[in-house]
Amino acid sequence: MSQTFQETFSRLWTLDRDVLAIAWLSLRVSLTAVGIGLLLGIPLGALIAVARFPGRGVVVGLLNAFMGLPPVIVGLVLYLLLSRSGPFGALGLLFTPSAMVAAQALLATPLVAALTRQVIADAEAHLGEQLRSLRLSAPRRAGVLIYDARFSLVTAALAAFGRAISEIGAVLVVGGNIDGHTRTMTTAISLETQKGDLSLALALGAVLMALVLAVNAAAAILRGHAVRAYG
Amino acid sequence: MDLFRRSFLTLGLLAALGAASSPVRAEPASIVVASTTSTEQSGLFKHILPLFKAKSGIEVKVVALGTGQALDAARRGDADVVLVHDRPAEEKFVAEGFAKARQDVMYNDFVVIGPKADPAGIKGGSVEEAFRKLAAAKAPFVSRGDRSGTHSAELRSWKEAGVDLASARGDWYRDVGQGMGPALNTASALGAYILADRGTWLSFKNRGDLTILVEGDARLFNPYGVMLVNPDKHPTVKVKEGQAFIDWLVSPEGQAAIADYKIGGEQLFFPSAKKG
Repeated sequence: MSQTFQETFSRLWTLDRDVLAIAWLSLRVSLTAVGIGLLLGIPLGALIAVARFPGRGVVVGLLNAFMGLPPVIVGLVLYLLLSRSGPFGALGLLFTPSAMVAAQALLATPLVAALTRQVIADAEAHLGEQLRSLRLSAPRRAGVLIYDARFSLVTAALAAFGRAISEIGAVLVVGGNIDGHTRTMTTAISLETQKGDLSLALALGAVLMALVLAVNAAAAILRGHAVRAYG
Repeated sequence: MDLFRRSFLTLGLLAALGAASSPVRAEPASIVVASTTSTEQSGLFKHILPLFKAKSGIEVKVVALGTGQALDAARRGDADVVLVHDRPAEEKFVAEGFAKARQDVMYNDFVVIGPKADPAGIKGGSVEEAFRKLAAAKAPFVSRGDRSGTHSAELRSWKEAGVDLASARGDWYRDVGQGMGPALNTASALGAYILADRGTWLSFKNRGDLTILVEGDARLFNPYGVMLVNPDKHPTVKVKEGQAFIDWLVSPEGQAAIADYKIGGEQLFFPSAKKG
């Protein structure tokens, strides 16, 4: 056991360009997916928060449940859709980074939407009276509240990023873990574990953790600056 | 515009660029090969693919699955070439019209692995004897259970040993439903017996107390075949590039590259293409 950890540390220093390329692909795929998730999820969540319509309770419940969407199921469904024999087979997207972005975006969007809905609902509870007196339309109210709660929404973005970069079920199925093309940090860790190279797997795990920490730290610093300057 | 919104926009822009750049970038000619975990995890592809790329300029993207899954992916048209090791399943694939021909590429062999103490006493015997003793002793055994070529070979071995798995299996028989590596990890942790391909075993690092107990039996022969997916079934198949890869694999140059691959001085795969 301790020997494995010792090896892990010595191998951290010798990680080669392959690992950097894998880390960069992971980062690129997950950030893109989170970007899409934010673009879709924030307006969706905010609209559900401010709009009043029949069956809203069911929609909110479903949205919250979708936060727990199993990645491997998302991967499998997307695989069948993107397969050459599936409805979107002509696009030739299976086993490409784009397919992995799509899979992670599907995981990120409901998470962002559900967290946004909660944040916006809380913000509305504070500002609702004033907003209603202005007689704004639901989309306008949503817009105002998103702006008001913008710093809190960073947490939603980070949660989505955490979910995207750490999942393996979906990227493995739709990406195929192809060396040099669709191998991400998580699929590489899994592969090395399968090969019994536990110290390399742990070293890769340390790199992944560092990546997640760096992104979170960057977000915290950015948020800090923004709050000080404009909060 | 405030910093927050600016950074958000930048992030969005970067995201859009990232999404746009991946499919648009001019990629070199490439094919998808559905193959087995044994070829990938043994490191063979990492050794031979750069040689093929240098020669042809064609990028080979390997998706490593169990043999059954690999053939299914090819049936759906998600691969151009399959390189697998389950002769009856390959012949069925050709008979169904999903490939026009199957060619021998190489072989390696299976080995029966178990704890050094060998409580079931199978060391040095034949495969048949070994599997009979394992079932009689109810010695812990790890099965791939994933419709892979190795899993097929294991099931054949029980049958040939006269063991009816349906009635004999119990707690001692652990069906893990995973690739060779994870199955070996499980066997290593349990001190269990397992049937493995020699290639994966040689490159496997987490052996613990396991060692080879039975090898060299003719029944343990493990041939690999390669097939181009029939373009009549799936017009998207890259016939030219896929055929180029197959031709190279069975050419003297490709065969030498396969023979060249060694771990710790031990050769993992033995070329077997018919001289044409």
